[in-house]
Amino acid sequence: MSRPVLQVEGLSMDFGGIRAMCELDLEVDQGQIVALIGPNGAGKTTFFNCVTGIYNPTEGSIFLNPPDGGKAIRLNGLKPNQVTEKGMARTFQNIRLFQKMTVLENVMIGRHCRTRSYIAGAVFKTRATRREERQTVEISYQILEKVGLAEVVNELAENLPYGAQRRLEIARALATEPFLLLLDEPAAGMNPQETQELDDLIKRIRDEGHSILLIEHDMKLVMSLSDKIYVVDYGKKIAEGSPQQVSSDPAVIKAYLGEDIDA
Amino acid sequence: MEYFIELFFSGLTRGSIYALIALGYTMVYGIIGLINFAHGEIYMIGAFTSFIVATVLSIYGFPLLSIVLLAGLAAAVWSASYGFTIERIAYRPLRQAPRLSALISAIGMSIFLQNYVLLAQTSDFQPFPELIPDFDFMEPYAHVVGSSDIVILLTTAVSMIALTLLIKFSRVGKAMRATSQDRTMAMLVGINVNNVISMTFIIGSALAAIGGMLIASHIGQINFFIGFIAGIKAFTAAVLGGIGSIPGAVLGGFVLGLTESFATGYVSSDYEDVFAFSLLVLILIFKPAGLLGREETQKV
Repeated sequence: MSRPVLQVEGLSMDFGGIRAMCELDLEVDQGQIVALIGPNGAGKTTFFNCVTGIYNPTEGSIFLNPPDGGKAIRLNGLKPNQVTEKGMARTFQNIRLFQKMTVLENVMIGRHCRTRSYIAGAVFKTRATRREERQTVEISYQILEKVGLAEVVNELAENLPYGAQRRLEIARALATEPFLLLLDEPAAGMNPQETQELDDLIKRIRDEGHSILLIEHDMKLVMSLSDKIYVVDYGKKIAEGSPQQVSSDPAVIKAYLGEDIDA
Repeated sequence: MEYFIELFFSGLTRGSIYALIALGYTMVYGIIGLINFAHGEIYMIGAFTSFIVATVLSIYGFPLLSIVLLAGLAAAVWSASYGFTIERIAYRPLRQAPRLSALISAIGMSIFLQNYVLLAQTSDFQPFPELIPDFDFMEPYAHVVGSSDIVILLTTAVSMIALTLLIKFSRVGKAMRATSQDRTMAMLVGINVNNVISMTFIIGSALAAIGGMLIASHIGQINFFIGFIAGIKAFTAAVLGGIGSIPGAVLGGFVLGLTESFATGYVSSDYEDVFAFSLLVLILIFKPAGLLGREETQKV
């Protein structure tokens, strides 16, 4: 029997007197694509921020279970960089690349927590440092190839077209070697063709053994990708299940389309 | 013409020192958006440390070259530990606080360090040993440029090239650039931001200490107050070049140093600061972001 890679229990987050998220339970199984959907302001991004250590949740627990069978890791109270080190990476709804750095450097930065060389090594160019640098560049190239950015490695990130910036964000997240990848609206602002490419890319990433949790508004993409969907509204979970189950759930239809006047 | 060259070199020497100190201001500002007013004091402590070490070593009869190297190393390490500690106790607890709080904390730190050295070393000027001898091969040029000017210029050039390479290519340098662009995102890609900030303070402080030792040996005396003036001037240089920009700090340092030197030489030494700060006002009027700074655009 396998355990879920991400296990969230009773997660609540208060901002002052406002409860943005209320006792949310969520699980992501190894090798699955799980979607978190809901109307604007439902608390989806708040959930991501709690899980990645940007916010410290008011209540509840978050556990990360490495798929290699390692000990369960409690994420509450860890800093974002520690969470990343444990094997979870994320992208942002509004792109947050290091705009003034090249495409390659952006991905190399993602390798930071997987490399060790320090200042002394850089000054004296020790053999270990040089080997590590070579490896970093090599791995970064491989990842860029995977997301289809190998042609533009020396371009500044800010000069890339929109869709490519989104893919670069995914590449940077992959460089941290996560087993769980959190994508916050990866298809936002993309045209249908770019969305289709993204669909393929996410499936490929899943097939390589990463588990994925994504927030998305593009229902076609969500239905095509997801093994399981969670629907939240006003910070509460209102439905969960397979795409078919969720799309016929009356509570979901109500949240998205409003209530029938006659009902 | 000779007079001009003499002034030019003395301006470059001043400028080098301003640039070395300004780098510390600009790096810290670039990464946490704080004007570290205690930075001038770090420079002063560097000068005192090298003074003490050099004096002790010369009593034991060490050769001059080893005195210079050991005193420089001791000053860099000791000042770096001050920089590290100041960030830990005076700035890190205020990381989430409004900017003004950290600024006041910085001014407090500066006053504290000045008074601490005042108590420990008295307010008298101490004669600083001449660490850089007159080289024989410099003899024909000695009337326009001194040996210590050349040493200061070379040391500055080497430090700056090393720093630029470090920031451009090394793993730590990339982490620094990432942190200065977007701190939260840097954390999310797994960078320990606190370590990066500490490292910034350590590097900036070590550079200031080396500047402190060189200029003290050049001028020949130090007291507890030298950090204040040098700090203000270097801060001016950093703003002139565009605060947050490393090439800007270097350029600003040289522009300021040359302006002062020519003002002293052709007008009067009384007008040195008048020209320096008039230049600052003029540049800020016509180019508010500094010579090499980028206009700050508010993100929506």
